[in-house]
Amino acid sequence: MKKTINTPRPPRSSEESKALAMVNRRFFLRSAGIAATTGAFLLGACKGDDMMADPTVDLGSGDIGILNYAYALEQLEAAFYTQVIASPYAGMSAAEMSILTDIRDHEIIHREFFKAALGTSAIPGLEVNFSAINFNDRASVLGTAKVFEDTGVSAYNGAGQLIKDAGYLLLAGKIVSVEARHAAIIRDLLNPNSIDFAGDDIIDGNGLDLAKTPAMVLPAVAPFIKTMISGNNLPKKS
Amino acid sequence: MNIFKIIDEITKFDRDAVDRLEHATRRSFMTKFSRNLTAAAVPAVFATVVNKAYAQSPQAVDVLNYALTLEYLEDEFYKMGNAASGLIPAKYQRVFAQIGKHEDQHVKFLKGALGTAAVAKPGFDFSANGAFSNPFGNFDTFVFLSHAFEDTGVRAYKGQAGALINDPALLEYALQIHSIEARHAAKARAILSEIRSNPAIKPWITLNEGSPAAVYAGDDNTVQGGVDIRGIAGKSDKAVTEAFDEPLTKDQVLAIGGLFIR
Repeated sequence: MKKTINTPRPPRSSEESKALAMVNRRFFLRSAGIAATTGAFLLGACKGDDMMADPTVDLGSGDIGILNYAYALEQLEAAFYTQVIASPYAGMSAAEMSILTDIRDHEIIHREFFKAALGTSAIPGLEVNFSAINFNDRASVLGTAKVFEDTGVSAYNGAGQLIKDAGYLLLAGKIVSVEARHAAIIRDLLNPNSIDFAGDDIIDGNGLDLAKTPAMVLPAVAPFIKTMISGNNLPKKS
Repeated sequence: MNIFKIIDEITKFDRDAVDRLEHATRRSFMTKFSRNLTAAAVPAVFATVVNKAYAQSPQAVDVLNYALTLEYLEDEFYKMGNAASGLIPAKYQRVFAQIGKHEDQHVKFLKGALGTAAVAKPGFDFSANGAFSNPFGNFDTFVFLSHAFEDTGVRAYKGQAGALINDPALLEYALQIHSIEARHAAKARAILSEIRSNPAIKPWITLNEGSPAAVYAGDDNTVQGGVDIRGIAGKSDKAVTEAFDEPLTKDQVLAIGGLFIR
C-alpha cells in the first residue's frame, strides 16, 4: 500500500498549514482514484504489487524550486493550448485562432525556456489530465484558459517575493505580464468589452491583481495534472 | 465607530500594526479621522494606515514615488478622458471606466504606503506640448496614448522589481499592480487594433514594433537568462519577443513620461 506521499514540514502560518494539508489529502486521494466520501480508500488503494517507489515529483527548494514550479505551470499551459489548436472548438473564428495560436506559442516558448534554463535540475515532463475539458466547446476551452492564465498570473505574483536571485526575479517579471495580457484577452473573448478583462472578481479595492502562494496554486491545478507534484520544499513567505 | 476597538482587533492579526500606527505619527493618523470622513471612506483610509506596504527604506520610497508619478499621470489621463463628452464610444466606455478606476485606486494605494513621503501630483499636458493634438477630442489619439501609457507602465514596474528584492511585501504589491497594467495594455491595444483595422497590433508586443518608438525600444530582445533563445522550439522571432516583456530603466521611463509633465 502506498505510504502517505506528502509529509509536510510544519508550515509557518495557519493558512499555509490548511492549504498544504489540503494538497496532501487531495493528492493522496486523487492518486488512490477514490473520492474522499467513500472512506474505502485505504483498502481500495492497496494492491499486492503496489510496493513501488514514490512517484511524486518534487519541485525542489530555493530558486530552483520556484523555477520548476513555473516550469510545471508552463508545461500545463503549453499542453493545453497545443490541444486547443490541434482540435479547435466548434465555431472558432479566425481571430480567435490567431490569438490562441499566439498564446500557445508563447507558452511553449516559456516551457522550453525553463527546461533549458533548469538543465539537469529540471523536473521531468508532467502527465496532464484534460478529461474535464470539452475541447469542442468554446465555453469549456476559454473557461479553462481563463483559469490557467489567472492562476499563472497569481502564481508568478505570489512567487516573486520567494525568489532570491535578481536575475530570476526579472525573468519571472518578464513572463508574468505576458500571462496577464493573455488573461485579459481570454476574459475579453468570453465577455467582450466588459470589465472582465480586468474584472472585479479578481482585482481588489486597491487595484491589485491576484497573488497566491504555491500552497494555494498547486491544489488549484492538481485536477489537471496526473503526475503527483510536491511543493513541500519550496520557499515559504517569511 | 470605535477606533480603539478596531485597533485591538487588528493587533490580533497584525502585531506590528500598533507600531506602524505610531510610526505614522499619532497626529497624522488622528488627523485623518478628525476630518469629515464618511463611513465608506474610513475603511479605505484605515486600510492604508495599517497597510503592510508601509514604505520605510529610502530606496523603497524612491521606487514607490516613481510609481506614484506614473499612476498620477494615468489617473489624470483617464479622469479627463472618461469625463470628455462624446470622446469614448458607448461600446468602450466600461473598459476605460474600469481602467480609470484602477489607476485611481493605485494612486490612493501608493499614497497610503508612502504617507508623508508621497510626492505631490505634477501638472500634466497630454498633448505633449502640441505633439498630440486633441487627446480628449479624438478617440484614436486617446486610445493611442492609453496603450502607450499602459505599455510604459508595465515596463516601468518591471524595471523596478530588482530594486524591491529586499522588500518582499512591497515587491509583491508592485507585481500585483504590474500585472494589472498588463491587462490594461492588452485591452487598450486590442481596441487600438480594432479602431485602426490593424491586426498587426496584438495584445502583446511584437519585436519592438509600436509607437512611440521609445515605449517599445528594446522589446525585440531575445537574450533571456544570458542565452539567446532565438529559434527556441522552432518559433519565430515575433513569437519569441512576444513571449517576454522587457523592462525599461527609470531614466527611459521618465524621458517618456516627462513629455507629458508640465
